[in-house]
Amino acid sequence: MTNEKIQNIVNGWGEGFEFSEEGSEFLNVVVPKEQLHSVCSQLRSHPDLNFDYLFCVTGMDWGEELGVIYHLESITNRHNIVVKVKTEDRENPTLDSVCDIWRTAEFHEMEIFDFFGIKFNNHPNLKRLFLTPDWDGYPLRKDYVDEANMIVK
Amino acid sequence: MEKKSIEMGVDKTRYLNQAEAEGFKEIVPDDFPGKVIPGGNGGNIVVTTLDNVINWGRSNSLWSLYFGTSCCAIEMMQTGAAKHDYSRFGFEVARPSARQADLIIIAGTIVNKMGPVLRRLYDQMAEPKYVIAMGACAISGGPFFYNTYSVIKGADHVIPVDVYIPGCPPRPEALLEGMIMLQQKIKTENMSNKVNPIDGFDEGEI
Repeated sequence: MTNEKIQNIVNGWGEGFEFSEEGSEFLNVVVPKEQLHSVCSQLRSHPDLNFDYLFCVTGMDWGEELGVIYHLESITNRHNIVVKVKTEDRENPTLDSVCDIWRTAEFHEMEIFDFFGIKFNNHPNLKRLFLTPDWDGYPLRKDYVDEANMIVK
Repeated sequence: MEKKSIEMGVDKTRYLNQAEAEGFKEIVPDDFPGKVIPGGNGGNIVVTTLDNVINWGRSNSLWSLYFGTSCCAIEMMQTGAAKHDYSRFGFEVARPSARQADLIIIAGTIVNKMGPVLRRLYDQMAEPKYVIAMGACAISGGPFFYNTYSVIKGADHVIPVDVYIPGCPPRPEALLEGMIMLQQKIKTENMSNKVNPIDGFDEGEI
C-alpha cells in the first residue's frame, strides 16, 4: 500500500494528525498523546494496514519536548509507518503504553523510562532496566547534569 | 652393553655420536638467561641466577584472561589467530578464569558498571599478575572522554596498569609490541625486592 493511501486511512480516525515524508524513507505521523493508544490499536487491527511488527521504539528529547517514536512494519503487507508522540511536561511526562498491542514494547518502554524518565500508563513492570535502581536522574535528557562522572565539553 | 641399550629402547650414546659426525651443534637461544658449558658426557652445565631463570620462565609463559569489552577485542582475537599468533612469544593460551591467568589485556571500554567487576577479576588472579591497557578507551576513556556519564576515564582508575598500548583500536603488531615490552619489564624483576603493584595504588580523581 502506498504512503498516500495509508495517510488517507489514518486521517479518517481523528483530528490533529501531522503527516510528513520529509527527510525520511517512511511516512511520519505526529499523533496527539491522548489519541496514541487508539491510533496504535487501529493501526494494528485495521485489515488493510495490519501493522503487526513494532521494530523500533526510540525515546527522544527535542530540548523542550520529550517524546517517543514508534517504527511499525506490516510483515504481510510490506509497508511501514513512523508514529511520533510528544509531551511538553518535563516534570512528570506520561504516555500510554502500547505493550498490550505489541508485547515487544514492554522492554523498549522500560529502557525509555530508564533513560528519559517517561512514564507509561498500564505498563506491567515499569522499572530501571540498565541503570541501578537508586540512580538519580535520567542521563539521556539534554539537561542532565552529573558533575562526578561527566566532563562537559 | 650395546645389547642392553637396545633393550631399554633409547640408545643415547649412538645418537650423539651420529649427530656429532653430521656436524650437529646444540643451539642455545640468544636470550637464554645463563651460560651453557658442555659437560663432555652429552650433558650440559648451566650457570645462572635464580632470578634470571624464574623471570625467563614467567615472561615466556603468560596466560591472558579473556577480557574483551569492545572492538579492541576483535584485534586481540586477530593477534591470537593464525596470522599474528601470539603463542610464538609465549602468550600460549587465553583463559576464561582469572584464577588461571597471569595477565589481563583490557581490550575495550570500561564503564562504571564494569569497574567493580574488573577489580574483582584482578583480585582473583594469583600473583604475579600483570595488566595491559589496550586502546584509547582503556587508557583514558578515549572517544568517550567528554559528555559521558557512564565511562571510566581510564582503566588505571580501577587497577594498576603495566603497559599502555595506544590506538583505536591498535593493530595486532602494536599489541605484540606491547606484549614484548611487558616481557622485558618482567625480566627486570628481582625476587629479593618484590613490588606488589596494588600497594600504594592511587586511583586518582573521577
